[in-house]
Amino acid sequence: MQQTADTILNVKGLRTVFRVRAGEVTAVNGIDLSVAAGETLALVGESGSGKSVTSLSVMRLLTRKIGTIAAGSVQLRRKDGRVRDLVSLSEDEMRSIRGDDIGMVFQEPMSSLNPVYTIGDQISEPIRIHRWADRKSAMDAAISLLDSVGIPDAARRVKQYPHELSGGMRQRATIAMALACDPTLLIADEPTTALDVTIQAQILDLLQKLQRERGMAMLFVTHNLGVVAEIAHRVAVMYAGRIVETGPVAEVFRKPKHPYTMGLLASMPKLGDATRMKQAGEKLTAIPGVVPSLMNMPTGCAFEPRCRFATEDCRKTVPPLFDVDAQHKSRCIHWQEI
Amino acid sequence: MREQLLQVRDLAKHYTSNGSKLTILQNISFDIGRGEVVGLVGESGSGKTTIGRSVLRLIEPSDGSVRFDGKELTDLSATQMRRARPRMQYIFQDPFASLSPRMTIGEILTEGLKIQGIGTSKERLVRARKALEQVDLPADSVSRYAHEFSGGQRQRIGIARALTLQPEFLVADEPVSALDVSIQAQVINLLRDLQQRLGLTMLFISHDLAVVEYICDRVIVLYLGRIMEIAPSAELYADPHHPYTQALLSAIPSPDPDARRNRQILKGDIPSPANPPSGCVFRTRCPKALPKCAEVVPELRETSPGRFKACIRDDLNEIAS
Repeated sequence: MQQTADTILNVKGLRTVFRVRAGEVTAVNGIDLSVAAGETLALVGESGSGKSVTSLSVMRLLTRKIGTIAAGSVQLRRKDGRVRDLVSLSEDEMRSIRGDDIGMVFQEPMSSLNPVYTIGDQISEPIRIHRWADRKSAMDAAISLLDSVGIPDAARRVKQYPHELSGGMRQRATIAMALACDPTLLIADEPTTALDVTIQAQILDLLQKLQRERGMAMLFVTHNLGVVAEIAHRVAVMYAGRIVETGPVAEVFRKPKHPYTMGLLASMPKLGDATRMKQAGEKLTAIPGVVPSLMNMPTGCAFEPRCRFATEDCRKTVPPLFDVDAQHKSRCIHWQEI
Repeated sequence: MREQLLQVRDLAKHYTSNGSKLTILQNISFDIGRGEVVGLVGESGSGKTTIGRSVLRLIEPSDGSVRFDGKELTDLSATQMRRARPRMQYIFQDPFASLSPRMTIGEILTEGLKIQGIGTSKERLVRARKALEQVDLPADSVSRYAHEFSGGQRQRIGIARALTLQPEFLVADEPVSALDVSIQAQVINLLRDLQQRLGLTMLFISHDLAVVEYICDRVIVLYLGRIMEIAPSAELYADPHHPYTQALLSAIPSPDPDARRNRQILKGDIPSPANPPSGCVFRTRCPKALPKCAEVVPELRETSPGRFKACIRDDLNEIAS
């Protein structure tokens, strides 16, 4: 994860804490990641792994009262070439970055669209704010954006309200909104999770095409390993607030070097393979136990209580990320043996 | 041929909304043999849950017949239906919404027995404890409340509740969809074990085709309230006949980096049930549609033993294979 000329986003040592009644819990604990122009990094993990908190921290969208960035830096190369640390920026400067340098797409298109404004109003808003465009030219831009995300009859659609669109169409509209100011970084947080599988295929295809055309860096948050393999170049697997394995998708999925990644891949029923497994009387290899509570983290490796390779040494300290090779890293002291 | 436990014929469900008729289900006919697990797959709005609930008369079907062990269920009075219910139980999707936060697990698990007037309260508790053990939870969970359990554990409790009445037939409605993938595998394995050990017959509703393949003997594919295809699972996944099944299977993202990626992406959206297309409901998105598809409603026909499809194009199978 070295810094190169193309690096758009570079996160170092990010730690995000939440205040709770009993004190403080660490939801994200020392995350390092970087995304280059034209590259998609998938952040994958189960509920509570910290993947969404990581993306919200990058966008500085955590409510101050609840969650705060306690340590680390989030460096973004802005369109003018200056590198800024988002952690230390004022809210005003953050606002000039969101919607301009960073486009954002969320899981639930109905709640990220305002029900009382037309689609056109909402897509043209960032253009009017960041580009000081007049109403008419911003609306023309909105029409061509809707057209570019594959919404037919865009000139009519801009006048419609969110409830008049289907789920897939709404997600296309929020993508158009995110792209309105040509962001260099697109953050997509579970953008296809609420959609049916045939519509998901459409949206993944669209995001991939848009990213290629525009050379954007994309940070894609998902719980679905299949989606990761479809869309991402690199993957970072998160567990209990830490990245436990990262590397090129094909390599990590073909030769996982962390027991959690191995467990996740093995616990997924695979299309076409299930019939063979059933006939052979094989079972899915489930990961035993549950994710540890943030209030009560094991002292050593957080995955140790559920791990079939665990030894005494695993309980001593949190393992560092070991280099499997130049790009592939695993947070497991036994990575060479598994 | 095994004995049929459930026979559904021409099941239909309509709603009226603002004076217009919405057809949610039409011409739904299928059988489930004793001990068989049949999957019901389709996207949102395809009618999966409506079928599951209509079969147990948790909602009233508008038309059609549901025969359970030879007896017509749609004619039964409420009292007669209640008497028949212990033999058929339902597992719900959301383990948070389906367990009362105010009842102990023991109360939740014995409620059905109590309503049916089975056993003394002591005997009912014994059954509840046994059901918990069947789903690999400690028997002393009976005195705890639902919020003390994780999502996966709650879904086990939902399964235990269905088992206390010792049913022959289960409708499992997206039982693992709300769970994380590592927990999902635990519950899938459990359901399969129980099904085999207790010889249960099951209607398994899911939008996840990989889960369905793993657990089901046969699969019914739905689209907009109509059956598109029925086939034994091994055959359906290896060689889907209906253009919708083909597209649905190819749309599922695979985590295997070496998987072939010739994805077929369907255009457009699922039509509204208020305004369904004429003829075949899938024709507006079908890559193989002909002008004739707009004119005739394709009948669900048996194309080879055990395989049914509702598509007028018989020339496609040779092309696909």
